[in-house]
Amino acid sequence: MGVFSRIFNGLHKTKKSLEQKFDGVFENVKITDDFYEEIECILLSSDLGSKTTEKIIQELKDKVRKEKLKYTIDCKKALKEIMINILENNLEKNSFPVVFLVVGVNGVGKTTTIGKLAKQYTNLNKKVIIAAADTFRAAASEQLNVWAERAKVQIVKSSTGADPASVVFDAINSFKAKKADVLIIDTAGRLHNKKGLMLELEKISKIVKREIPEADYKKIIVLDATTGQNALEQVKSFDEAVGLSGIIITKLDGTAKGGVVFAIANEYNLPIMKIGVGESVDDLLDFNAKEFVDSIL
Amino acid sequence: MAFFSALGEKLNHIFSKLVNRGKLTELEIKSAMREIRVALLEADVNFLVAKDFISRVSEKAVGETIIESLTPGQQVIKLVNDELINLMGGQNEKLVVAPNPPTIILMCGLQGAGKTTFCGKLAFMLKKQGKKPLLVGCDIYRPAAIEQLKLVAKKADVPCFEKGNQKPVLTVKQAVEYAKKFAFDTIIVDTAGRLHINEQLMQELQEIKSAVSPHEILLTVDSMTGQDAVEVAKSFDDNLGITGVLLTKLDGDTRGGAALSIKAVTGKPIKFCGVGEKIGDIEPFYPDRMASRILGMGDVLTLIEKAQSAVDEKQLKAMEERIRKNTFTLEDFLVQFEQLGKMGNLADLIAMIPGVGAKIKASDIDEKQISKFKAIIQSMTTKERQNPDLIKASQRKRIASGSGTTIQDVNVLLKQYNMSKDMMKNMNNPKLARMLGGRKF
Repeated sequence: MGVFSRIFNGLHKTKKSLEQKFDGVFENVKITDDFYEEIECILLSSDLGSKTTEKIIQELKDKVRKEKLKYTIDCKKALKEIMINILENNLEKNSFPVVFLVVGVNGVGKTTTIGKLAKQYTNLNKKVIIAAADTFRAAASEQLNVWAERAKVQIVKSSTGADPASVVFDAINSFKAKKADVLIIDTAGRLHNKKGLMLELEKISKIVKREIPEADYKKIIVLDATTGQNALEQVKSFDEAVGLSGIIITKLDGTAKGGVVFAIANEYNLPIMKIGVGESVDDLLDFNAKEFVDSIL
Repeated sequence: MAFFSALGEKLNHIFSKLVNRGKLTELEIKSAMREIRVALLEADVNFLVAKDFISRVSEKAVGETIIESLTPGQQVIKLVNDELINLMGGQNEKLVVAPNPPTIILMCGLQGAGKTTFCGKLAFMLKKQGKKPLLVGCDIYRPAAIEQLKLVAKKADVPCFEKGNQKPVLTVKQAVEYAKKFAFDTIIVDTAGRLHINEQLMQELQEIKSAVSPHEILLTVDSMTGQDAVEVAKSFDDNLGITGVLLTKLDGDTRGGAALSIKAVTGKPIKFCGVGEKIGDIEPFYPDRMASRILGMGDVLTLIEKAQSAVDEKQLKAMEERIRKNTFTLEDFLVQFEQLGKMGNLADLIAMIPGVGAKIKASDIDEKQISKFKAIIQSMTTKERQNPDLIKASQRKRIASGSGTTIQDVNVLLKQYNMSKDMMKNMNNPKLARMLGGRKF
């Protein structure tokens, strides 16, 4: 361990000191350049990225000037408002029947999220069917099967290596025959720069649109909160492929803040539907912009 | 592999302002460094690591040597390059081998980092090197995790030791006994993904560690990780004393700044990276090569090495001979395509060619085109392959229908072949050979 671990420990101190400031210990502290620098540190360390951080701080400075704010406590309030404003969007409730196509890169937690989502809808007395269209990763459908059993829902699956589009097709037929309310499609994790795999996803999406046009169709990208600025590229590519309708952020129970969603919200008008905060079936919560911002500041 | 190339492109852009400029002022260096800082931050380098990096390079850049040097732009590039190498840590580090087998490798990391997949890749690699590895399944929490490891083991053609949901520490102990009994020389222990702040699960790993004293404790990190990478790495290191890092999903377009910060914060080397979904998609991590890749200089060495391991030496010699005599035929062309296929993802390879990486996006390369070309050549007679001049209009028509392509496709292939042939001719030109670093073809 070298010099960096010392710097790194310093980060915790910076964070702590700022928290104290924010918590009102120094309510009467005047706003200085150092203060802005500390805010920059917090935003950068939460993965907001340099552009978004700069933008937010500029907006904050403007606000401070316009509203003639003098003290850090008011500044915190103003900053929170700015940040909440970026994230707040009207998440429209879905109607039934609804189809969720769940996409994302490898290892973000798609399968786990689907298990939790299925449970939530069964709790609402909805009839749920899960389509195991990840026919690529070893034991993916076995994993989903365990979740389906936990949520007590039907699962449509095929063998590893089968055409995922055919699984989706079968699932839709079963969905129609059983007059179910919710169809959740699990897809194989794929890196968004693999052209062939993205085309495969497009094909799956087209089948859904063609076979069940009457359903409310939501295309959800799952993002790992620990992901950095690459999440922007992920959203861009998946949006191009299927036209996204919303985001689910997972793994927010760690120390990562998932701040890249501010940059995403700035560029794409995508609502955050849910957040994942753990491994048990109930650890999928509704998104709340205020709480999300509170966890960063 | 588009690894780091986005950052490389950015730095290239910054340096294009610096290069060919004569002397630099302090102010100019400062503004370049500001842009480098932004580039590093957008690449997910930890902001404190980036800050330190900038201050170190600036200090050196503003010094007299740079101002008075004849090509200050180049000096700055060299400084940034050197510091990047420094940051990612010296030389490539190999796996530790225990003096008395079995060597025990303990894998750890967050959920979804890619541990299980990497276990398979490691086992496959070791087996190829003549070792006798054993995979051990200890992820008793994630549904079907052990099932996944078993399938991965099958792909690597390596046995998998598991005891269902038994306590992991017990399973590992039994696995060590099993390995001794059946002469396995390496044990790779897959564990459940866990949060670095989950004390209970961290303790489980500590118990395994004290029970069997692993020779390697490898932290698997997703290369797309953001600022939190340092927190995660530091936490695992503090709790377990990791011996190295595995970087996964590098075949994505992430700028991979996490790689830089983890090394800086833990001081532990990055040993291997995962570069694809296939079992053989594992590579050693070369900090120096990565640094030049960041700077947009491509990765000639990796490219050459990849080619060497895939190309059959004899075939290569024969082809070299023909190139020398300038009798390069369509048959050789076919062999080339086949070897390209063996080398792995074409897009990755192209990204490694200096100067090309920035111009061709990975998505522009159509692998299907290659198989089309192969089909066309395979539809030719031996005579035609050896003497393409024989291929006239009627032959083209026959070849097109034989390979399920069009006459245009056949024409494109023949044109490509002629271009390659011309290029080969130039390879014999001593001037060009010197430019290619004296490498023989």
